[in-house]
Amino acid sequence: MSEISQAQPDYNYKVVRQFTIMTIVWGIIGMGLGVYIAAQLFAPVLNFDTPWLTFSRLRPLHTNAVIFAFGGCALFATSYYIVQRTCQVRLFSDKLAAFTFWGWQAVIVLAVVTLPFGITTSKEYAELEWPIDILIALVWIAYIINFFGTLVIRKVSHIYVANWFLGAFMLTVAVLHIGNSMSIPVSFLKSYSLYAGAVDAMMQWWYGHNAVGFFLTAGFLGMMYYFVPKQAGRPVYSYRLSIVHFWALISLYIWAGPHHLHYTALPDWTQSLGMVMSVILFVPSWGGMINGIMTLSGAWHKLRTDPVLRFLIVSLSFYGMSTFEGPMMAIKTVNALSHYTDWTIGHVHSGALGWVAMVSIGSIYHLIPVLFGQPAMYSTRLVNVHFWLATIGVVLYIVAMWMSGVLQGLMWRAVNADGTLTYSFVESLEASKPFYVVRFIGGVFVVAGMLVMAYNTYKTVRAPKGSIADEPAAQAA
Amino acid sequence: MIGSIFTVVVFICFIGVVWWAFSSRNKSKFDDAANLPFADEEKEQSKKDKQES
Repeated sequence: MSEISQAQPDYNYKVVRQFTIMTIVWGIIGMGLGVYIAAQLFAPVLNFDTPWLTFSRLRPLHTNAVIFAFGGCALFATSYYIVQRTCQVRLFSDKLAAFTFWGWQAVIVLAVVTLPFGITTSKEYAELEWPIDILIALVWIAYIINFFGTLVIRKVSHIYVANWFLGAFMLTVAVLHIGNSMSIPVSFLKSYSLYAGAVDAMMQWWYGHNAVGFFLTAGFLGMMYYFVPKQAGRPVYSYRLSIVHFWALISLYIWAGPHHLHYTALPDWTQSLGMVMSVILFVPSWGGMINGIMTLSGAWHKLRTDPVLRFLIVSLSFYGMSTFEGPMMAIKTVNALSHYTDWTIGHVHSGALGWVAMVSIGSIYHLIPVLFGQPAMYSTRLVNVHFWLATIGVVLYIVAMWMSGVLQGLMWRAVNADGTLTYSFVESLEASKPFYVVRFIGGVFVVAGMLVMAYNTYKTVRAPKGSIADEPAAQAA
Repeated sequence: MIGSIFTVVVFICFIGVVWWAFSSRNKSKFDDAANLPFADEEKEQSKKDKQES
């Protein structure tokens, strides 16, 4: 590893370093906010009767911070790194790279300022008002130009499959963001959606589900296809399978959005289409998961000694779990039980904390020593501690939400012999309370892991050259 | 009608992708591509070896 850490002065590692550090910072803030509002759900007094500290104002800030600040910075960092390393050329433009970094941080800071004040479009995962949406679009277009520009000037003949996934993620997110954010401004801080009624709902969930499909899946699959082989020290299990995986995934995902609108005013055929496409989506998802995990075939022993690899492989296990759960929940009859319950929250966190966060954390633990010219992380033991904190936290979280969700679903649909509802809504809320405490504890574990990561990163960055021994576990890179 | 035509077209495209990915003609090309994450290290290594010799 040491020979690659100082070897390439011609790569732009500055922007990768900036985004990597901010991934950790925003991760702690975003997840910390999540823990805070999770505590409010069993102890509402914690909002101190202050409007901008209430669940309703901070929940969109939490989702924006973890998806777009934490996840987004992780994607910027890894995509800029992967495209340079696999194309063997410096980024197309350093100025555009710096613009994307500062522009993206500005977007996040503007979200932190506006959302607690209740300045919102009220569209889930697209809450930011129109001036910020325009800034996002500009940063995103600069990102696309820089990424594809780098592919154009590449020094190798092939474009590695990770770049296909990253490219698809960028292009689709641009289309989704610009399409869904179309609105008519009535003042500097207020706008109304260009779409109305059921069409608006369909646009919103076409955007919303593909934010999951392309931002949180395709982008992170690109990360997986580079860092899993790299950390395991062997090429991906089947490159040919990865090609089929790519085309199948990107052509199917875009149709799955309507499953968010089962039993609503959306036309029935659209709901059924969304359901069928979501169920088929299971196949490419598992193809990709198997491809990633099987990369370790013949090198399983590395899992025993290398906690970074463990992060990456466990993330794929969670990916497999949530891409089995998702298609199942998209089936209308299952959705009749699961929708609007905590089961959905459990599902999204098994994807977000289990898959997205763990694959990002694994990749970042691989990246930090390379970026800061160290042979390994300051402490491999602390990486291992982080791994167990994260795993225990995620499991506590999703098990609590599954139980709470199924309980809610069953209580809400229970009817007496005369057709009246058996339980009031408040009774189901009371039943969920113990699970909310367990969920909070799970969240504390996850944030504690992130703090361990921040400490370990600080010590690695600050360590004098030569003070960190090249541990055998980290040599795989 | 358009729906069924679309289904057939998508199915043919999928078969096409699988055929392209798994044809033996493309095997060496894809094997090269699969090794791209390691290619730039080897380059550095050979440069270093040259300097040392």
